[in-house]
Amino acid sequence: MTIKEKQEKVIEEFSFLEDWMDKYEHLIELGKTLQSLPENAKTEDNLIQGCQSRVWLDARLEGGKLIFSADSDALITKGIISLLVYVYSGHTPQEIVEADMTFIEKIGLKEHLSPTRANGLLSMIRQIRMYAVVANTQKA
Amino acid sequence: MNTSHIRDQFPALKTKVYGKPLVYLDNGATAQKPIKVLDVLTEMNRSLNGNVHRAVHYLSIQSTERYHRARESIRNFINASSENEIVFTAGTTGSLNLLAYSFGQTYIKPGDRVVITETEHHSNIVPWQMMCKRTGALLEVWEVDESGALDPKKLEKIFDSSGPVPKLLSLPHISNVLGLINPLEEIITIAHYYGVPVAVDGAQGIVHKKVDVQALDVDFYAFSGHKLYGPTGTGVLYGKEKFLEEMVPWQGGGDMIESVSLKKGTTYAQLPLKFEAGTANYIGVAGLGAAVEFMQELNTEALEAYEAEITKKALQELSTIEGCIVYGQPGTYYGQNYEKTPLFSMAIDGAHPSDIAQLLDRMGIAVRSGMLCAEPLLERYGQTALLRASFALYNTVEELEFFMEALKKALCMLR
Ligand SMILES: Cc1ncc(COP(=O)(O)O)c(C=O)c1O
Repeated sequence: MTIKEKQEKVIEEFSFLEDWMDKYEHLIELGKTLQSLPENAKTEDNLIQGCQSRVWLDARLEGGKLIFSADSDALITKGIISLLVYVYSGHTPQEIVEADMTFIEKIGLKEHLSPTRANGLLSMIRQIRMYAVVANTQKA
Repeated sequence: MNTSHIRDQFPALKTKVYGKPLVYLDNGATAQKPIKVLDVLTEMNRSLNGNVHRAVHYLSIQSTERYHRARESIRNFINASSENEIVFTAGTTGSLNLLAYSFGQTYIKPGDRVVITETEHHSNIVPWQMMCKRTGALLEVWEVDESGALDPKKLEKIFDSSGPVPKLLSLPHISNVLGLINPLEEIITIAHYYGVPVAVDGAQGIVHKKVDVQALDVDFYAFSGHKLYGPTGTGVLYGKEKFLEEMVPWQGGGDMIESVSLKKGTTYAQLPLKFEAGTANYIGVAGLGAAVEFMQELNTEALEAYEAEITKKALQELSTIEGCIVYGQPGTYYGQNYEKTPLFSMAIDGAHPSDIAQLLDRMGIAVRSGMLCAEPLLERYGQTALLRASFALYNTVEELEFFMEALKKALCMLR
């Protein structure tokens, strides 16, 4: 699936969840099922510090594709992370650079990306993009 | 206590969030304002706005008079001996920065020591770190034990250790994480025995405890208006006149001068204006005066009894939640009674504070989560975030019960 197709799938999935309670329950479920990062990958380098919660993002290039793995100590944040990992991981840097980075807003979680939330998510999205931009220029 | 009569005076409590009634339990961060305060702010903005101390026209005279009246109300509220000892600031943070700067410039030399505790809000850490950097002084830390209580022996050890006797001890009246009332009388007595003046961060203390600066013999006491049911952007630094008289000013500008000359230099105004540079927040200050009057009209004893009841009930209910640690349990430590105010910072096994807070938010409940501006204390407890529910005089037992139910529901979703 392309990034766009994956985003559409997520948006579709969330369109059935009207109530905030259902939305949060779904995110919590996603958070619980996302595989945790091994402790040795939770390094200072991978840490995105927020006042509210902490986020770790690990990235590696495999066969020209960026593979992301990520984690958070807060479950709702981790649920959103799992969506980001699902959508952007396994694509080429070029595809990620060209992708729409705002789909989280489209599923009604805009407020989770506000910098005032200090939950590390906004920085995580920026970081994903950065990895892609860097990998892209190195290749070129 | 009849809280409904009190609640009626706080329009913000009628706010609906996501269509649900607001249950406001983030009073440790800021409190809602009574009509009495709101009315003063509106009236002054609408019809009595003139800059203070600057003109002979009607509006300026009116607002100047109110500014002075507020100073007198606050002097009376904390029983300072003179209005010269009441300096208006932008808040506790402003007060502590003023103190750290002016005290540091006046009294501190390289190699001097200043003592703070491990329980401080960042506002009572960073200004002292900056001051130490500026002056070459050393910042010493009075560590707490697991309970959050302060061992006086450890303080005496710092005072007795080699090097000069510290120039100042600064500590919170009530930590915004622990909610325990520190035994100020005893601590101040010890410090004064060693000749060390004491500054108190009263941001939380002034709200829950009757403060008499003369009876306490405290040398400095800082607090914010907005936690005391007054306007944001207002605050007070109380200081004993003998210190304030000697201390150099912090900021320069209008109002704080007696005479300015490009040739002969500048002479400063008398206290307290020496420390109030620029156009004061005189409307906010008038509102703070009204907030203090509001507090004085309440029955303090009934209020303290009510808070004690809420505290006891909350602690008891929280103790039934599996894996929940509430930091700062009341009790007797080092021969001193540590009472607790209705502020509960907790860590709950298997549920992150920010997740809980987000779920509670959707149920209409406002609580705080995160580091609570007290990173060193959280580190002491091995935590990176806590959940905090803090109650004010207008919160009800029903709200506490609703909070407990909602908390259990949130935990059910998360664990
Ligand atoms: C104990 C304590 N000290 C200092 C402050 C800082 O107060 P303000 O932000 O009003 O300056 C607060 C409140 O945030 C506090 O709780």
